[in-house]
Amino acid sequence: MKRFLLIIPATVCVLLVGCATIDKLTEATTGLAAATGVINTDQAQSINKSVGAVSKVFESITPEQEYYIGRTVAATILTQNKPYDSKAMTAYLNTLGQYLSLYSDRPETFGGYHFLIMDTPDINAFAAPGGFIMVSRGMLRCCKTEEALAGVLAHEIGHVELNHGLQAIDKSRLTAAATILGTEAAKNLGGKDLADLTKTFESSISDITSTVMNSGYARKFESQADKAAVTILERAGYSPSGLTSMLQQMEKNIKPGGHDFAKTHPAPADRIAELTKLIKTTPVTDSSARQSRFSDNMRGL
Amino acid sequence: MLNKRLLLTIAGLGLSAAMALAATATIMSVQIRKADIRETPSYLGKIVTSLAYGDKVTIQAESGAWFQISASGQSGWIHNSALTRKNIVMKAGEGAQTSASSGEMALAGKGFNSDVEAQFKANHKEIDFSWVDKMEKIKIAPRELAGFAKEGHLEAQGGAK
Repeated sequence: MKRFLLIIPATVCVLLVGCATIDKLTEATTGLAAATGVINTDQAQSINKSVGAVSKVFESITPEQEYYIGRTVAATILTQNKPYDSKAMTAYLNTLGQYLSLYSDRPETFGGYHFLIMDTPDINAFAAPGGFIMVSRGMLRCCKTEEALAGVLAHEIGHVELNHGLQAIDKSRLTAAATILGTEAAKNLGGKDLADLTKTFESSISDITSTVMNSGYARKFESQADKAAVTILERAGYSPSGLTSMLQQMEKNIKPGGHDFAKTHPAPADRIAELTKLIKTTPVTDSSARQSRFSDNMRGL
Repeated sequence: MLNKRLLLTIAGLGLSAAMALAATATIMSVQIRKADIRETPSYLGKIVTSLAYGDKVTIQAESGAWFQISASGQSGWIHNSALTRKNIVMKAGEGAQTSASSGEMALAGKGFNSDVEAQFKANHKEIDFSWVDKMEKIKIAPRELAGFAKEGHLEAQGGAK
């Protein structure tokens, strides 16, 4: 999957010179899919215009469809990683996470941002499209302050904001979806069309889950998410150095060769080095109120 | 004399710009399930009304990431990420006349939808959706988020301010 992500930009540059060609290509498939809402040619003015040509395909996924993709990605992750059922801790996580999401560039997703704890000592955090964010107990143990936890959540919100999950979908899937939908103008698909579209859906889900759970995102996406996190944290009134201190703790906790962050993310030290260049503000020292509620809510972890 | 003429020219330009803006009133659609409209461009602003997926709004002004809008006789502020320039149509065929081209239109409920999810569930009984359903219900009220910020002495700088 990682290789796929790296190859795409190059392929696009070689095969299709400039965005106009991509529009034409999209047009060819969208002609079939008029009024379906899956593929759309006129995305130039869309909110994510800066992302560039490669993004055009995933941009054609409406927030509503992103929500359905995200639900199934999250369900798949939560089937493999059982949730940690602590009401107080989950409420605290959602209060902090939903507060932070308001300061992202994309506070509004179709179904909103929601957070859950996974009951595993592995160090993991996953962001499914649309804002379903799951953090492991092992990850929470890397957080010694509310600032550090805010850093983890802001990084995951960054992945959602930047559509990293959707970009893991092989674009051939969406072309396939457009073709199926083009044959049917009505909202409800029947029999074979629904079965075919569901197959495309299944493949899209597995593109995303295998990326986030096994291969990890391209390094570029991780630093983009760290950068987004710094912005969110600063806007929300947190010191972004919380993310740095979490990574320092992670460096101590992480087991080399593990099937968690050790496998899917750049080494904490590398991320710390990059973050140090980004963080301009000085750490906030007066955080006794935050520290006290953090300790109360994380008790028993 | 020259200054006066210059001033008149500037005023004239301003007026035509304003008229041009009024002539091309931007209509956008709500692209999320439920969107709160607020009194001020801030998540702390009082909620005036709520709009549903596909509702149309007229853009009146812009402030940072917020749009001042009007919809069904009411006006207020909404974050730009809740809106799209696409015409979201709730039923097939409904928006064909109003939309400049089909490329600017999106049919709600099309593509990956609840039918596809149901079919997926039927094919994959081993995937457990119960926690996603529970997770989705967790929604912290704006008042509680404001209290959380206050209690934690968080001084927000922008974005949702």
